Formats: sequence, C-alpha cells, structure tokens
Amino acid sequence: MDLSYSAEYEQFRAEVRAFLDEHWTEADRGNTPAPDGQAALMGAVIRTDERATQFRLAAIARGYLYRHVPKAHGGGEQPYDPLKSTIIAEEFRRAKAPSEVVGQGPGMLVPTLVEHGTEAQKRFFIRDTLLGRIRWCQGYSEPGSGSDLASLRTRAELDGDFWVVNGQKIWTSNAIDAEWMFALVRTEPEAPKHDGISYLLIDMKTPGIEVRPLRQMTGEADFNEVFFDNVRVPKDNLVGPRGKGWIVSRSTLKHERALIGNAMLTRRTFDGLVMMAQHVQLRGQPAIKHPLIRDRLAQLEARLLASEYTGYRLLTMQARGEDQGLTGMVMKLFSTQLGYDLSKTALDVLGDRSALARGDLNTPDMGMFTYSYMWSLGVLIAGGTANVQRNIIAERGLGMPRDTKSSRS
Amino acid sequence: MDFGLSEDQLLLKETIKRFLAEQCPSTRVRQIMEGDGEGEKQLWKELAELGVAGVIVPAAHGGLERELLDLALVAEELGYAATPGPFIGAAMATVALVEGGDGKIQQHWLEALATGDAIGTVAWGEEQGEWALERLQTAVHGERLSGRKLMVPGAQTADVLVVAARDASGPGLWLVERDAPGVEVAALTVNDMTRRLDRVSFTDVPAVRLPHGSAAAQRVFDAGLILIAADAYGGSRRCLEMASSYALTREQFGQVIGAFQAVKHQLANIAADLEPSLALVWYAAHAFDRIKDQSTRHAAIVKAHMSDLYDRVARDTTELHGGIGFTWEFDLHLWFRRAIFDRSFLGEANFHRERAADLAGW
Repeated sequence: MDLSYSAEYEQFRAEVRAFLDEHWTEADRGNTPAPDGQAALMGAVIRTDERATQFRLAAIARGYLYRHVPKAHGGGEQPYDPLKSTIIAEEFRRAKAPSEVVGQGPGMLVPTLVEHGTEAQKRFFIRDTLLGRIRWCQGYSEPGSGSDLASLRTRAELDGDFWVVNGQKIWTSNAIDAEWMFALVRTEPEAPKHDGISYLLIDMKTPGIEVRPLRQMTGEADFNEVFFDNVRVPKDNLVGPRGKGWIVSRSTLKHERALIGNAMLTRRTFDGLVMMAQHVQLRGQPAIKHPLIRDRLAQLEARLLASEYTGYRLLTMQARGEDQGLTGMVMKLFSTQLGYDLSKTALDVLGDRSALARGDLNTPDMGMFTYSYMWSLGVLIAGGTANVQRNIIAERGLGMPRDTKSSRS
Repeated sequence: MDFGLSEDQLLLKETIKRFLAEQCPSTRVRQIMEGDGEGEKQLWKELAELGVAGVIVPAAHGGLERELLDLALVAEELGYAATPGPFIGAAMATVALVEGGDGKIQQHWLEALATGDAIGTVAWGEEQGEWALERLQTAVHGERLSGRKLMVPGAQTADVLVVAARDASGPGLWLVERDAPGVEVAALTVNDMTRRLDRVSFTDVPAVRLPHGSAAAQRVFDAGLILIAADAYGGSRRCLEMASSYALTREQFGQVIGAFQAVKHQLANIAADLEPSLALVWYAAHAFDRIKDQSTRHAAIVKAHMSDLYDRVARDTTELHGGIGFTWEFDLHLWFRRAIFDRSFLGEANFHRERAADLAGW
C-alpha cells in the first residue's frame, strides 16, 4: 500500500503541468467561472467557446483528453491507464482548464458510435461532439417505461428512405438545447420486447418534434417531455443493425471513469455542512456544539471517508486489471444514500429555519441545503432507482436468483 | 499509487483463513467456548506457529516484522471465523512492548510472546465505562501499582499484563506479571463466549514502567480500536455470506427465499453498507503505520463505524434466517455475540465519535 505516485507518474504529472502552464494561462484561469450543475458534480470545466475548443484540441493532440477515442475520430487514443487519467483530471481541475465535455453525447453516444457506428456516422458526429459543437439528449425513458425500459412504445416505421417516428419520451435533460437526440425506438412490433428495439439518431430540428419543459418538485424545469408526431428520420441514422438497439445501447467501451469525482462532491458538501454548523446559532450556541449534531456529523464522516478510500481502492483495482465486482456495484447506492443523509443532517443543523426555501434571506445558507435535500431524491431516482440498484447488487453481486420477468442485460 | 494488498499480505491472510477453515470449524470453537481454557491455549499455540502472535514483532525477536495493516488482516480472518482466544489483548500488549519497551524489556518478553510460549494482555478500562487514558484512576507510587480494572481480556490465561495507569509524571504503561502478589483476577460472565473478560484488582503490585509508555499508550489504544474494527468487518462479512448462502438453499412458497425481492433488498442493503467499509479499515491501519498524524482520529472513527455496522449486520442476518437463526444449535449467534463484544470493548461508538469530534476541533 502506497498512496504516493511513483517517479514515472510524477514525471507524467510534471509534463501535464508544463502543458497546462503553456496552454491555459493565468488569464484563462481567471476567466473561468465556477462550474455548476452536472459539471460541478465532476469538478469539470465545461466552457465550449473558441478559446476552450482551441485548448481542447491541443490537449487531445497530447493525448490528455478522450484517451479512449481513436485519433482518427478526433480522440486522444492512449493506452488504458487509470492512474494517468486520474493525474490528468487532478491537474486540469487545479488549473481550471476545460475538461472533456460533460454530457450524454461524449459520455454515452461517442462510445456507442466508436463500437457500432458506420464510418460516415463516426466522421459526421464524433469530433464535433467531443468539442461540444454538437449537443445531445438521450431519448430512453417513456411515461410507461421507467425501470422496465425495454417495454418502450415509441415506434419507428420504415417508409421508403425514412423512419417515421411517433410517440413520447420523458425525463429528457437538455432537450431544449440539444441539436440531436440518440433514441431507442420500437421498429419490430412483432418481436419479443428486447429484440424489437433500434438505436436511432434524430435531428431535433426535424418537423413534428415538440419539446415541453417538465417541472420537477424543486420548482424548476431541468427535464423535458419530447413528443414525436410523424417525425421523418433518414434511414441511415440507425446505429447498429435493426432490432439490435438494446445491445447497441449497452456497449461499454473500456472507459476510464472518474471514480473519485462523486466522493469529491460529497466531500465539498460535508465540509460546507461542518462550516455551517460551526456558524449557525442553535438555541444559544453554535449548532456544532450540540452533542447529537456532533455525533451525526462523525457518523456521516465515517461513511464519507469509506467512499473516498473506496475510490482509491477501485482505482487500484482498475490499475491492476482486477474485477471491481461487488465493490463497483454498491457505490451508487452508498453515495446517493449518503448524500440524502447529509442534507437531512443539514436540516437538523438549521433547526426551524429549514422550513424556508431557497433564496430566503432569513436562512444562513440561502436555503441551499433544503434545496439539495430535494435534489438528493432526484439523484437517487436518476439512472435507475435505488430499488433497481438493490436488485442488481443482490443478483449480480450476491448471486441471488434473477427475476425472470425483469432481468435481461 | 496503490491502495491494495501486497502479495505477502494476501498470502498471510489466505494462510490464516485456510487454517481456520480447516482446523477451527465451529465444532472446535464451541468446545473451546465451553471448556476450561486448555483448548484455547492449544489453539493459540497453533496460531502462533503461523505467526499470528508475532506479526508486528521484529524478526530479531522471532516475529514477522510486519505492520499493523498486516495484523488487521489477521484480525479480519479471526473475526470471520469467530476464533476464540486471547488475540485482542495479546496484540495490544505486543504493540505496547514494540512501541513502548526498551531493548532489555523487549529481549525479555517479545520472543516468548511471538512464539506463544507466553501470553500478554492489556488492563485498560475502569468502572463507569471509562476508557479515556487521561481519566484513568489506576496509579503507581514508587514501583507499586494499585487500582481496579474491568474488562481485561483473558487475564486468567495471561502471563503478563500491560496496565494503563498514571504516576506523578502523567499517564503511561506498566508491566505487571500475572502471578505477582497483589493481583486478583475474577472472571466475568461475557455475552461473547469466544473471548473472556476478567476483572482485575491490583494492590501495591510490583510494576515495571515501559520507558516509552507515555507516547506508546495512545498508539496501543489506537491499534486496539483498529483491530476491533477489522474483527467487526470480518465478522460482518461472514454473517452476510451465511445469510446469502441460506437464502439460496431455504425454500418457502415453492422457491428459494433469495428469489423474493424483500430478501434481495435486505441483503443488498447490508452489502452496500459493508463493502465500502473495508477501505476505511485498511486506511485506518495504513494511517497507523505511515500517516501517523491521522491515526488517532481515524482509529476512533473506524471503531465507531464498524462496531455499529457489525451489530446491525448480525441482527439483520439473524432475522433473515428466520427461526433457525434464533436457535442455540445454529452458529450465527456466535457472531451476534462477538458484535456485542466489539461494540463495547475499548468504549462504545458514541464515546469514540465524541472523541473524533473533539479531535477535529468541532
């Protein structure tokens, strides 16, 4: 066990730093606003202006970004090395330099195209997606198809050289800004449910598409509903074979994931909570002097540390080429529950002031913690509810019998 | 950057695991549990031959000369197998001698402890649930020690006791031989039948000060907390394995109970809480060895976290077994009882979380 990096990696870190000093100047760093939303989650800088693009191109040429994407399609193409990826992420964050573009395009569509796309699709989409010039939304969930995604009913019927799409998608983030959508649609209505699905790329400007904002419990609209009324999509926009969309959508390119990213956000939240507890007065003394609050914070910190150190452990497993097995499977459930309990403790620190909403000046935190208390539920549900995670852990991690009605991957 | 175990560490862990699986099944655990101590001594001797008693003892004194992380891996496997015996007291006494002794004292004791020819333990906690070094009442005047200790692990079978006490210069550690005049040992009735606890009273007992005992005392206590946490992790892992395997064999309503979602989710919740905790145990041990300024706080945090979790895992997995889990004959209560020991020994979770809060300056 050794938490320092070897000389070879320290040399690599020095190279990355020198590159950043040259290509992302102090002036650039000063001009970079603090990230918010999904980017903050990963500590990433998501600027996509010309200056950022120029920088990204240089970083890609050096093999610092998009290391899993072939050079021919605009990627950095480097041998798999999670330690180098971690060093790059750390140094880019430190320099507030543009990271890989955050979003479902680079994260989900690009790996799928690299594996299953035609040459024309790769040429047309990948490079511009990596630079943030094409923005994507994901058309998967439907009103009747959440956890049971493969029951989806949005259909596409072939009419000459076009697929004609009818139906509805829901929970679509970024549908208003996105130029394109990658969607799962039913093309073979007679086939068993997993075998009737195809993976289709849809230009969001096509006539017949209507995007309606969907207001969530926090009051804002961060999601959308997307309606398709006889939307005509060129036949060649299918990715992979017809009827194989389910498998295509599950293609997992050996991708170096930022494993420490989630724990970093939780760490920031925890440190913010402790700071607030030190300053908020609760019945005559700082909240942090109340024995129950101290106890609760120490409990939370144990779980936070466990998730941070498990990040080290997963990184080591990756670097050694070991299977992350059960350890990898449980982290989403563990972190989302921790996030929920963190915000709940924040409500106790606030005392009765937790009744007040975001923006109210009578709260010590402008109501941010009650807002994140609500959002912690969104995180718990997004990308598979906690109960779906539990099924996966029990079935794939602990060897319990698979539910024949629901399991298929 | 490598947060994983070395080949040597994996080998040590695997060796102990295999030995216990083959040589110390629950039938032997139960014999020792209900016996008079001879069987326990025999098992300790066998474990010492594998190096368990001398993991951190320098090679010059017959030990493996490894670190606390290695010892924690051993503790995890002992916990996994619900191994009876003097391990926790003996391990803490060894830390005391390695970190607090001088050449002469080490020469006298370490080899005998490492080979299992002699057994050490620690006398620390006092009445009213007190484990805080600075508040202990046991005192030394001249070279005579007096006081009362509760919760001394395996004092009856020990040859030498490391006693946490104070003299005019403050808290420190003293060595007392078990047979010395003025030492009185009375057995306590313990929930965990695999580990014995005694009450020891000292009346003007001859005691040898460990020269570096003042500095070593905190280290000994931290080591104990980390080893208990490792034991708790190992025990929890065993409970989860037992419950998973039971869920795959027990049938009700025409199917194995593991096919019911309620059972799946109960198991998944345990796994999700337990699995990430291993890294916390490793890190605390690693901090003890290599990042010493983080050691005391991490030891407090990991002991509180793991002993709470062990308790819950033991309870949930027993519940998951249904009626069979509630019988004497079924082994699960061995771990349930060990969870109670791990929760209480060296102080309960609330005490350590309060310490962690103080240490953070909250």
